[in-house]
Amino acid sequence: MKKLVILGAGTAGTMVANRLVRMLNMDQWHITLVDQDPVHYYQPGFLFAPFGIYTQKDLFKPKVCFIPPLVKLIQATIEAVDPDQNKVHLGNGMTLSYDFLIIATGTDIHPEETPGLGEHEWGKSIHTFYSFQGALALTQRLRNWEGGRLVVNVVDNPIKCPVAPLEFIMLADWYFHEHGMRDKVELIYATPLDGAFTKPVASRLIGEMLSDKGIQVESEFMIEHVEPDAKKIISYDEREIDYDLLVSIPLNKGADVIGKAGLGDELNYVPVDKHTLLSNKYPNIFALGDAAAIPTSKAGSVAHYAIDLFGDNFVRYTEGYELLPTFDGHANCFIESGFGKGVLLDFNYEQEPLPGLFPMPGVGPFSLLKESEMNHWGKLMFRWMYWNILLKGQELPLTPTMSMMGKWKV
Amino acid sequence: MATRTICGVTVQVNDEGFMTNPAEWNKDIAVELAKEEGIAELTPNHWKVIDFCRQSAATSGAAPTIRTITSGSGISTKELFSLFPKGPAKKVAKISGLGKPEGCV
Repeated sequence: MKKLVILGAGTAGTMVANRLVRMLNMDQWHITLVDQDPVHYYQPGFLFAPFGIYTQKDLFKPKVCFIPPLVKLIQATIEAVDPDQNKVHLGNGMTLSYDFLIIATGTDIHPEETPGLGEHEWGKSIHTFYSFQGALALTQRLRNWEGGRLVVNVVDNPIKCPVAPLEFIMLADWYFHEHGMRDKVELIYATPLDGAFTKPVASRLIGEMLSDKGIQVESEFMIEHVEPDAKKIISYDEREIDYDLLVSIPLNKGADVIGKAGLGDELNYVPVDKHTLLSNKYPNIFALGDAAAIPTSKAGSVAHYAIDLFGDNFVRYTEGYELLPTFDGHANCFIESGFGKGVLLDFNYEQEPLPGLFPMPGVGPFSLLKESEMNHWGKLMFRWMYWNILLKGQELPLTPTMSMMGKWKV
Repeated sequence: MATRTICGVTVQVNDEGFMTNPAEWNKDIAVELAKEEGIAELTPNHWKVIDFCRQSAATSGAAPTIRTITSGSGISTKELFSLFPKGPAKKVAKISGLGKPEGCV
């Protein structure tokens, strides 16, 4: 029997387990999935909760519902990975040995890395929506907030779902309009980037949308510390921004255990070949989803497209063939822009987001890089697709690599 | 692809003025590009950062992030911002003849 161990039963780990259990000959393979948390969170929903679009019960289900019967799920912490011995040591005292290891331990927020951030004002005047508890606390806060200056600050990149902070501030604009208090609220987006977004065409479009909504952008703002009592954030180049309510996207890092095993970069993400997702150091270790250090978005759509291609590639590889350099960094992002509208981005390693129609060239129904109501419905529909199709590793009628069909140059 | 001449050398640049071939770079070019970025003189600490970034890019193929620079060169983030004010990763990449650091989408 060959042994495959998957670390992490989040979006990527669950999808790949479902995919491989169908593709591998399970008379010859043992697949073990390890995760410390019995709950699967619908993370894209964390953005919506503070505005009352989703409630708590929309955001989670038990993990066990999504794990196929032939995969063994172990609920335990991961204490250590020993890649030279092909072993994983768990917090419950078990040691797993493997022939192949897939690291899907994701990324998480670290407010403690920024002085003043995760201290006595955390959960009071400083919030985040990047965790389940955080999103619920922020829901309460917004419900009773009387207005003032709301600052959304991204501490550093990369972050999970890089468009979510932009969506948050645009939804906030809509939410305060709906509650008849937009005139009492000042909205500021403080980002370390030199504009609203990284890629020029999308940055320009989103920048215009923010300015139309009266949202100020403070660019190249690299936060050094927070003064929680004075309620201000201070950058390395000594710019100060006062706030009444700070919504922070704290530093994102991969799992510590990955760093300690010598498998991570300075943020604990695993350096891999960006087209095959094979570790640069070990020929039997792969990293999927947010855990991988690849220059594309940390997002469920990326994990989905990567795993679409990874399944076949992994089977080939275990049969002694070479991996094919198939993954192109393909990502989709639905950006909620408020007032029942959304924008869709489709891009990869080489090609920045462009306008067009998606997924059927010339037809749509979704429009790329342009606000539409259909894009908003696509984003809401996505929750059903996530639980019922994506997590179960089913195919979607979308090509895993990006297509230039239906896009136009600007 | 556009070209421009700096210190008598013709180099390839992209539309944001980043050199696209690190092999065309030399120290005189760095001094000139630094002046364009508002840095009148390159001190030994500037060079420490530039040298580190050149080495880092030679192995990884991409201009390093702020975090990579500070953990690898021993220069603190605060000092990095005073050496290369406003967006040090981008500024030092430009002066070091490296491409624009890959943003995170």
